[in-house]
Amino acid sequence: MALTMAAIPWGVMAILLPLAGAMACFLSPRRASPLGLITALGVVACAAGLGWQVAEQGAQRYAIGGWGAPLGIDLYADGLSLLMLMVTAVVGLGISVYSSGYFNREKAVNFWPLWMFLWSALNALFLSADIFNLYVTLELLGLAAVALVALAGGADALTGAMRYLLVSLLGSLAYLLGVALLYHSFGCLDIALLAERMEPSPAVMAAMGLMSAGLLLKTALFPLHFWLPPAHASAPAPVSALLSALVVKASFYILLRLWLDVFPVTAAGLGQLLGLLGAAAVLWGGLQALRQTRLKMLIAYSTVAQLGYLFLAFPLGSNVAWQGALYLLLSHALAKAAMFMAAGNILCFGGHDRIADLDRVAQRLPLSLAAFGLAGVSIMGLPPSGGFIAKWLLLEAAMRSGQWWWVIILILGGLLAAAYVFKVIGYAFTQAVMTHEARAVPATMEWAALVLALVAILLGLVAPWPLALMEIGLPFGGEAAG
Amino acid sequence: MNWDGWLPLLIVLSSLSVGLVIFFLPEERVATRTTLNLTGAVLKLVLVGVIIWGVVHRHHYETRLPLLPGLDLVLRADAESVLFVTLSSGLWLVTTVYAIGYLEGSPHRSRFFGFFSLCVAATVGVALAGNLITFLLFYELLTLATYPLIVHRGTDAAHQAGRAYLTYTIAGGALLLVGTVWLYGIAGSLEFSYRGFVAELADGHRAALIAIFALLIAGLAVKAALVPFHSWLPQAMVAPAPVSALLHAVAVVKAGAFGIVRVVYDVYGIEFAAGLGVTLPLATVAAVTIIYGSMRALFQDDLKRRLAFSTVSQVSYIVLGIALTGPIATIGGLVHLVHQGVMKITLFFCAGNLAETLGIHKVSEMNGVGRRMPWTMAAFTIGAFGMIGAPPLAGFISKWYLGLGALDAGQGWVIFILAGSSLLNAGYFLPILYAAWFKAPPDTWPAERSFGRRETAWALLAPPVVTALLTLALGLLASAPFSPLQWARSITTLEYAP
Repeated sequence: MALTMAAIPWGVMAILLPLAGAMACFLSPRRASPLGLITALGVVACAAGLGWQVAEQGAQRYAIGGWGAPLGIDLYADGLSLLMLMVTAVVGLGISVYSSGYFNREKAVNFWPLWMFLWSALNALFLSADIFNLYVTLELLGLAAVALVALAGGADALTGAMRYLLVSLLGSLAYLLGVALLYHSFGCLDIALLAERMEPSPAVMAAMGLMSAGLLLKTALFPLHFWLPPAHASAPAPVSALLSALVVKASFYILLRLWLDVFPVTAAGLGQLLGLLGAAAVLWGGLQALRQTRLKMLIAYSTVAQLGYLFLAFPLGSNVAWQGALYLLLSHALAKAAMFMAAGNILCFGGHDRIADLDRVAQRLPLSLAAFGLAGVSIMGLPPSGGFIAKWLLLEAAMRSGQWWWVIILILGGLLAAAYVFKVIGYAFTQAVMTHEARAVPATMEWAALVLALVAILLGLVAPWPLALMEIGLPFGGEAAG
Repeated sequence: MNWDGWLPLLIVLSSLSVGLVIFFLPEERVATRTTLNLTGAVLKLVLVGVIIWGVVHRHHYETRLPLLPGLDLVLRADAESVLFVTLSSGLWLVTTVYAIGYLEGSPHRSRFFGFFSLCVAATVGVALAGNLITFLLFYELLTLATYPLIVHRGTDAAHQAGRAYLTYTIAGGALLLVGTVWLYGIAGSLEFSYRGFVAELADGHRAALIAIFALLIAGLAVKAALVPFHSWLPQAMVAPAPVSALLHAVAVVKAGAFGIVRVVYDVYGIEFAAGLGVTLPLATVAAVTIIYGSMRALFQDDLKRRLAFSTVSQVSYIVLGIALTGPIATIGGLVHLVHQGVMKITLFFCAGNLAETLGIHKVSEMNGVGRRMPWTMAAFTIGAFGMIGAPPLAGFISKWYLGLGALDAGQGWVIFILAGSSLLNAGYFLPILYAAWFKAPPDTWPAERSFGRRETAWALLAPPVVTALLTLALGLLASAPFSPLQWARSITTLEYAP
């Protein structure tokens, strides 16, 4: 049994299965929803299989077609890719369950193939071992995401989608230029080979600048975040959830890979700049979130702030800091998906998401409000939650390195988050009576949000396990975690 | 099977699980909810009894779960945690009975009792925490669980109080977090141990240790309502009476005071802290708070507000006892942790009874109320005299030890603080008692509800009478074995080097 398990290339399956699912949903639109759900379960199984494989046998490398790098396409799975794949699987399953209740038949026909396609691109991105393959998957991901944003229809969504498309293309284009420069300099695209051959030169610096700029634009780091709030807020709820939870993380993942493996020597000064921008994002995003009058805009600005935290690890650069950033990424993915879903439920139930008029809706949806609250605990970084573990690790790294000013940013960001989360929560406790014409929300939608939020809380209690997985293949370099 | 490793966790789970079940209970299942509440409270008390027995017989109760690499979630029964956990579980049972009576027929009871149970689970976690990060975890959980109770009524005043509470406590929690991380960076450990664990770091980290002390204490002072972090507490009295009892006696304020006990004794060690020069400023802040709280209480006409300022003042007795460097003062501070809880909960129960039964919210409406509600006012009288420090009540024992301890530690000025505060206590409690017993009652009460021949409902009357009797017993039986005083004595022998 164990032999068969070991023989299956789970990583490749995790890419092919959603692709097949996309085809099936496309060809059989009337059964798109159940087909999609079955595929989602299958992908979760693949991620679990890969997890077992990596935990048992260490980092995995697959040579597609048997050619191997530098000629063929290689897939590579270490602890970092594995965790990205796993969190995508968990959030993806949640989104699939939620979507099966959310979309009417007409919209579902378009949603499912696109979502499955996007999932496949995401998994491929997390497993790619060369920088050109990363470009291809990034582009596929971007196109699928743009189509999903446009799904809501109407002028707002189309404008948002168009702006998103332009930003997305611009970002990938800059990245592609960098890839060309690197290929010209070193004659290879494989990350491991590049790392061996890397030596500083003007071309490398230019490549690094272009690739980083493109990826920062796609990750919406302040001040390149302008496109994110309208795109994320105008999309249908499950799409907002998958954009904020997963898609922005993909470009961050590429940046992390490049930073850790390809450009390790040359990147010293840029780290402080990224940290500074991250800090600005934390504060600006938090303040803007606090100012919003619409719930979904508030959550979208919260994403801008939370993405800022990820960049605080760059100036710190220690093992603990990377672990903290990655842990934040995981818990934010779960919490933010839960938040957008809860907001979707409120919107669906009351027909609006004006925060000031939320009281009459919130009392009737206790499960969704609980989901929002629990996810909020993780976003604020209060214990027990994955967000707290992440914040603790980042604080510890900042204290250890003597760069105490990042501590202030982390604390201020937490206080701002508390302010905007409780701004919403407070509306649940009022004496107002229900006056709206209510539309019932399916139980699956309420529970999908709540379960994801609970997993974000649970991440705060099982931290040693994901942190150990992260170390497989030593993605953060030299020494194992102390 | 060995239960010693799981008992502390079970104590936390006994109310946590009850809370989670209650959330999903439909509003109208009153009997089920009441049964669950009381079962949880009694079960917890039984488990605490087992732990007391075990600790006396030298059992070692510790639950240790990995939280982060190198840091564990530790729940442990040591001498201090037993003192606090007994207080909060005992008073919780009484408060639960009271809350069931108080909230009869009001909306959103499942939500209320759910958070009520979470709140106590967090308090018990604070009590049993075996290291600073576990303490922090439950301390923040307490903040989150209490907020919904404060805003429970949903009025504008309640929202305002909730916002003030969050602003103070979340900021306080952030300070505590920074202090904890900093300490962990220097010391590499956060385990509480008798006489502290940071003394060997003194060389080279002196300034950092003083700064960390300030951060930790500031974070805790918010919940302990030390001046200038106290103003959320009087505002929070808009919450229903059982919540006030929880805030003032069982959970929140006590968690802050208990945290200061932990930091001074089990993180720094009292003798090392004194050597560092940080205890005298803390004692000064406590002294200022004692006088300031009493002065403000003097001018409040709203009964619950007057009691709230009285809490601000009384809780600082605990901090004062802790910060005076001497074993006798320590005994006084620790024993007041219990005594203040029992006395103040009595007073808040009585205030709740007056409000629920007669619609009385103000001191000026209390003329002659002793004749209408003799049992309630008798309990109130015992609580008030206890607060003033009249023998043979519980408050007298606290003040006696604090005074002796101050002299013993060579801090004579504290006597004046204690005497001044007692005078002020008398100044704001005696007029209430005089009006209630000796003035003529008005023709009609503001909003009277009839309970037949009884003065009020059983569930409302029994709790204050029980806690008033307890106030009497704690004073009269102070030297009996297992009294809080004896327990505080044995803690003190552990905290001072022989």
